[in-house]
Amino acid sequence: MSSDPYDDRGNKDASITNPKGMGSQIPKSSGTSFSAPGGPFLIGDTMTGGYGKGPDILHDCTIAVEQGEIAVIVGPNGAGKSTAMKAVFGMLDVRSGSVRLDGEDITNLSPQDRVAKGMGFVPQTSNIFTSMTVEENLEMGAFIRRDDFSDTMAQVYDLFPILKEKRKQAAGELSGGQRQQVAVGRALMTQPKVLMLDEPTAGVSPIVMDELFDRIIEVARTGIPILMVEQNARQALEIADKGYVLVQGANAYSGTGKELLADPEVRKSFLGG
Amino acid sequence: MNETLKNTMLFGIIALLIIYVGFVQSWNSALLIVAMGLISSIMALGVNLQWGFAGLFNVGVMGFVALGGLAAVLIGMPPTEGAMRAGGWNVVGALLLGAGTVFAAIILAKTLAKGWLRNLAVIAMLVIGFFVFRGLLDPAVELVEEINPAQTGYLGGLGLPVLLAWPVGGLFAAAAAWIIGKTALGLRSDYLAIATLGIAEIIIAILKNEDWLTRGVKNVIGVPRPVPYEIDLQGSASFVERAASFGFTPVEASTLWVKVLYILLFAAVLIILMWLSQRALHSPWGRMLRAIRDNEVAAEAMGKDVTARHLQVFILGSAICGIAGAMMTTMDSQLTPGTYQPLRFTFLIWVMVIVGGSGNNLGAVLGGFLIWFLWVQVEPMGLWLMNLVTSGMAEGSALKAHLLESAAHMRLLTMGLVLILVLRFSPRGLIPEK
Amino acid sequence: MDLLNAIVAFLNYVFVPGVAYGSQLALGALGVTLVYGILRFSNFAHGDTMALGAMATVLVTWLFQSWGLSLGPLPTALLALPFGIGFAILLLLFTDRTVYKFYREKKAKPVILVIVSLGITFIYNGVTRFIIGADDQNFFDGQRFIISAREFKKATGLSEGLSFKTTQGITIITAIIVVALLFWFLNRTRAGKSMRAYSDNEDLALLSGINPERVVMITWMIVATLATIAGVLYGLDKSFKPFTYFQLLLPIFAAAIVGGLGNPIGAIAGGFVIAFSEVTITYAWKKILVYLMPDSLEPSGLVQLMSTDYKFAVSFVILLIVLLIKPTGLFKGQST
Repeated sequence: MSSDPYDDRGNKDASITNPKGMGSQIPKSSGTSFSAPGGPFLIGDTMTGGYGKGPDILHDCTIAVEQGEIAVIVGPNGAGKSTAMKAVFGMLDVRSGSVRLDGEDITNLSPQDRVAKGMGFVPQTSNIFTSMTVEENLEMGAFIRRDDFSDTMAQVYDLFPILKEKRKQAAGELSGGQRQQVAVGRALMTQPKVLMLDEPTAGVSPIVMDELFDRIIEVARTGIPILMVEQNARQALEIADKGYVLVQGANAYSGTGKELLADPEVRKSFLGG
Repeated sequence: MNETLKNTMLFGIIALLIIYVGFVQSWNSALLIVAMGLISSIMALGVNLQWGFAGLFNVGVMGFVALGGLAAVLIGMPPTEGAMRAGGWNVVGALLLGAGTVFAAIILAKTLAKGWLRNLAVIAMLVIGFFVFRGLLDPAVELVEEINPAQTGYLGGLGLPVLLAWPVGGLFAAAAAWIIGKTALGLRSDYLAIATLGIAEIIIAILKNEDWLTRGVKNVIGVPRPVPYEIDLQGSASFVERAASFGFTPVEASTLWVKVLYILLFAAVLIILMWLSQRALHSPWGRMLRAIRDNEVAAEAMGKDVTARHLQVFILGSAICGIAGAMMTTMDSQLTPGTYQPLRFTFLIWVMVIVGGSGNNLGAVLGGFLIWFLWVQVEPMGLWLMNLVTSGMAEGSALKAHLLESAAHMRLLTMGLVLILVLRFSPRGLIPEK
Repeated sequence: MDLLNAIVAFLNYVFVPGVAYGSQLALGALGVTLVYGILRFSNFAHGDTMALGAMATVLVTWLFQSWGLSLGPLPTALLALPFGIGFAILLLLFTDRTVYKFYREKKAKPVILVIVSLGITFIYNGVTRFIIGADDQNFFDGQRFIISAREFKKATGLSEGLSFKTTQGITIITAIIVVALLFWFLNRTRAGKSMRAYSDNEDLALLSGINPERVVMITWMIVATLATIAGVLYGLDKSFKPFTYFQLLLPIFAAAIVGGLGNPIGAIAGGFVIAFSEVTITYAWKKILVYLMPDSLEPSGLVQLMSTDYKFAVSFVILLIVLLIKPTGLFKGQST
């Protein structure tokens, strides 16, 4: 039997329970941040850790992004790419190493508090409110802001014109590419200092993928540094200022996007020749 | 602490409590608690089979218990003179016709192609069938209910030995469970809770209103017994003599002896059912059931038919509740449809299962005894408490009167508190699943 | 003339009672559906929450009546209603803090919360009976009818009368106001939208900075308000008896599920579907048919499809039909 005394015994009675949209993360109590000047704009420094009491998934993994840059994490399946990103965002326990943002050590902050500190995060799945309209999604993105956010919304609509067109439509009715735009737009509503994207092109067609990459470059041009996990390593490295290749939760290669694309080892192992 | 020792102690405590009641109140009450505790344990066993081992949420226990009660009447009561001749056969015919209509509608729905034509055909079938059914049933029912309404006014039963009603009660409940399970369990996620909640209310409504079947709220009294009547015992010279040798008056001895006989019968049933469920759960079938509960996706991937297993265990659990219902009506010697309340017959059984320990049959039995004991004894305890609380108040004060009067409502409050406290501090129950 | 009589009889015996009962069910179902959408379980204690809120209102009404306070033609209970709502809000927030919150923090599965709510049902039921007893309580005062059957007959000259009880009028008007306010709140305000966001996707709501505890608190406050209003309206219209509220659970659940659990519009539609099915199927149509049919075809029986004792069966059959045809309810609910 399962170890959880409050287990549901496999019950899936829809007339009494509603698991849809139920949260999976346990809201962690937050520690405090302190000043730690110097270094890159955002860095997950020699992070080691895993989920809860589970085994370590990351081993001395370092990921950083500088002001005005796009940094990309690539690697084979199960290399811990998304895990590294989640570690930077505070969604797993980092047992050693630290996370620093804009001269501040934020290792002990909960994800919510990191959002308040200026991190924008777009999860890979379930990253929009499907039953709410596009505009309401953006409003919810700006939930922590008590000032007037109509300017930001106008900016998001400028970046993603299709969203303006469909702003009264339920986000769940949109196509895959459009949903990803809603998701990115939602994260931009807090006016983040850094944007983190977890496989933004997962499950979309090649044409849509190209368009999404164009949009991401445009977002970067507005001055927001972007940290991104990508499955499509070649295209991602082409637009990246900085690239990290992870293997089994540790840094295997890093360098500028061009360097990695040119590196014969990387080409052979990860880019298919 | 050793597990066996702990469990023995828990049961020992309940035994002591009951013996205490025997000394302080009366041995009659004590034995009645044992008898009803046994019946409650059987019901809890049934629910535990469904919830503990398969995660099925049955909130219609009351309905299955009532069906068992109906079986006791239909098997045990003598047939009403002339009722079958007057309208009984027509009633039976109408019921068969009704069932046939539903069956035909299902066949129609399955064979015809999807579309408005099919819907129309099914609806037409049901509507026409309903009116023919009512046209046949209503006059027949009237004739049956005209026969000596003060005494009978219903079809009566088969006049068979009432012990036969116990397995038949189980069969009735199983049949109802099959229908419910077939409809509610098939979908990707089930609708068992609302389905059982609704069916239970409908079963009670039928028992309350179909006078030709159960005399409705006029109640069926004098259901025959499997044990001797007190009055006969008191008339038997040898019994009176034996009672006297133990120092009992004939009246006292006869009531106690009847209860002891019931307890022996009930205990036998509980032991058989307990043995069967333990055997079943340690068979490949039971292991598969738990495998499904703990990881349905994996079990399904291994080619296990989850729905079929769920249906089986739901039917078995409900049948056990039906057997218990028949036993209860037999001991009461009467069927009183008005007394079936969901709080008493559905939710209370759930409290027994949770408190005893979901997924542990021994726990269900413990919960059955413990909660039944509380259910009966909270009232006197509450009255004692209220007397204590109000002892300082002026005689005849309105508050005092209100508090004393309200002591009767303490039992619901207590049951809720026990459930909440156990869930909070001992979520696996008193005897946790191994 | 016969046609008019038939229409009046229909309005009097089927339509008006159906609308009033439907409004009460809709308000009840809204509470159930909100808890299902946000706290993700079916709250079996909802019927008894209605009973407790109504009980508090009854007690305050009696107090006001003893002071001689009244609203003239309107029942004093309306004046006492805010106090009843306040009591219910405090009660639910207290229950949440002491009971439900623990399981949320443990991330207990929703079905555990269902079982917890069974325990709460026992406790609420016990408390209600403890305080006010299990008997019928009358707390209606004021003018009984807006239109009485006798006056209506005199004014129109028809042989059928139309009576419109004050309580029915109040029920319908209150329900409209409450529902309008609720939808305005859910769709137009920041707090309301955050509730919908939380119901849709808890993790993302958390990342957006929505405080789950606040959402839960607002939800219980709304649920308490809806339950008390529904309970008081039902009590005014029929009578206040603790046990009847418990029995309302089935039609209320049926309404919420028929409409699509978790969907507020569905809850309202479901309430009316269930109410009208109950009323039409258990009504003896002879009274109306005598006006419409020629004398020779006049029905001999009562033309009652089912006796009123089977009204639960009606809710249930409607529920079954809807689930078999459309498992997510009439309006797309969250259950699949």
